[in-house]
Amino acid sequence: MEMAIRDYDSRMGDPASKRFGVFSYLPKMDAASIRKQVAYMVEKGWNCAVEHVEPARADDDYWYMWKLPMFGERDVDTIMNELTACRNANPGHHIRIIGYDNKHQTQGLSLVVFRGDG
Amino acid sequence: MSGKKYDAGVKAYRDTYWAPDYAPKDTDLLACFKITPQEGVPREEAAAAVTAESSTGTWTTVWTDLLTDLEYYKGRAYRVEDVPGDDTCFYAFVAYPIDLFEEGSIVNVLTSLVGNVFGFKAIRALRLEDIRFPLHYVMTCGGPPNGIVVERDKMNKYGRPMLGCTIKPKLGLSAKNYGRAVYECLRGGLDFTKDDENVNSQPFMRWRHRFEYVAEAVKKAEAETGERKGHYLNVTAGTVEEMYKRAEFAKELDMPIIMHDFLTAGFTANTSLANWCRDNGMLLHIHRAMHAVVDRNPYHGIHFRVLTKCLRLSGGDHLHSGTVVGKLEGDREATLGWIDIMREKFIPENRARGIFFDQDFGHMPGLFPVASGGIHVWHMPALVSIFGDDAVLQFGGGTLGHPWGNAAGAAANRVALEACVKARNEGRDLEKESRDILSAAAKHAPELAAAMETWKEIKFEFDVVDKLDVATA
Repeated sequence: MEMAIRDYDSRMGDPASKRFGVFSYLPKMDAASIRKQVAYMVEKGWNCAVEHVEPARADDDYWYMWKLPMFGERDVDTIMNELTACRNANPGHHIRIIGYDNKHQTQGLSLVVFRGDG
Repeated sequence: MSGKKYDAGVKAYRDTYWAPDYAPKDTDLLACFKITPQEGVPREEAAAAVTAESSTGTWTTVWTDLLTDLEYYKGRAYRVEDVPGDDTCFYAFVAYPIDLFEEGSIVNVLTSLVGNVFGFKAIRALRLEDIRFPLHYVMTCGGPPNGIVVERDKMNKYGRPMLGCTIKPKLGLSAKNYGRAVYECLRGGLDFTKDDENVNSQPFMRWRHRFEYVAEAVKKAEAETGERKGHYLNVTAGTVEEMYKRAEFAKELDMPIIMHDFLTAGFTANTSLANWCRDNGMLLHIHRAMHAVVDRNPYHGIHFRVLTKCLRLSGGDHLHSGTVVGKLEGDREATLGWIDIMREKFIPENRARGIFFDQDFGHMPGLFPVASGGIHVWHMPALVSIFGDDAVLQFGGGTLGHPWGNAAGAAANRVALEACVKARNEGRDLEKESRDILSAAAKHAPELAAAMETWKEIKFEFDVVDKLDVATA
């Protein structure tokens, strides 16, 4: 079967080659898609939290916490508003949302929703 | 003082070892054997014989029996059951007092339970189906050196299964060429790559050279993608001294994970290595090379669920589990059973999954099942649906066989995986909508489109009609 070979163009130092875990290999998510992931975290009983960091420090384990985790918050709009507020307050930072699973002492989901470097 | 007198001669086993009124204690170690007796041997006698030969008995009474308290130490066969749909064999349940076993030694448990009895003439065939380890015994074992939660934190990966690939060809590449293959897979989006189980230190590639080039490949892919990467460096060796040397070098190179073949190397080596990994913050991937020699025959050997429990107690952070959707279609329920044994804190008895006993692992962490063998992008929806997030999905040929090379193959798998996870989280039906989900993702990912085209001959369907198991084997 003939299929012209394409070059894989990932490059060191190219921001477009940087990835951030789950969903970072899919096209950028719109607000509706992000909402669905937040709704999933809430439905699972996880506590959502927003974090941010300068792009140069993206590999750090600890990003800046935006306020505190939203323990017990089940309203998706409230959570989405905090995401936007964090982004407005920290232009140029990566912003991610986490779902803390306290039963398993882990993060059920963690996705970067805004990239600080475009 | 014991009132018994020495009575030389051969007694029926059942007189001493068949105890249908015995209620197993919480501290007892319990075993379920599938026994195929010789013609004319009654069930209770066969069960009692197995019990005797795997605990305190022998073929004749001996005077020294009376120097000890056999009532305390002896095993007891307490129940026999039919095997559904097969009257050539039956299940026997045996209870062993905990004091028969050395703490923290899976080696000792196996030597006792399966060391002698499988060649016994009164038995045509014998299979160890399940073991219930009392929590008291579980507490004496080290368990996974890190476990699922710690591994996710170390690798900084949440919310999805992890992706791996065994480097092929199995044997023959030079270290530098091998490192190239690793680099390409990891930069394309996989989390891990893997030494094949028989890559140790051969003339075509010595271990130290491989470790050096692989380390460079891992580090470069990490810097390029910004994600943490690892390659399971195989430290399986002919002696434990060599094993430790290789593990130490992996640590010196700042590698996050090593691998070990627990059955060919043996439980003594494996437990020692797991303890080393715990002490040195190293993740441990376990390969099950040689398992099918003992676990494949439904009448004779040791069921894989027993090997799984033994490995969890001995120590490992990943264990190969089979893929369900590949060649193991008929064993879906059994596979789900041993996946639970790997991951869960408490696994209740469930005969439909071949689980014969409640098993409590207490605080011992769970380990990742690894699905590896003959899978590719079209299997992704089924794999995500069956395994959930806490698993490693490995695509060897399914990455390296991509028409555009490893990086593209890796990217195709990563896109497919994320599309399935996204769809699942959104509440879509992975089974029914699998083709749509993959096709939509392929629109934005030419690597995935090429992969789907390459492997499109696969009959694309779930095994939705779960085959009802007539027997639990």
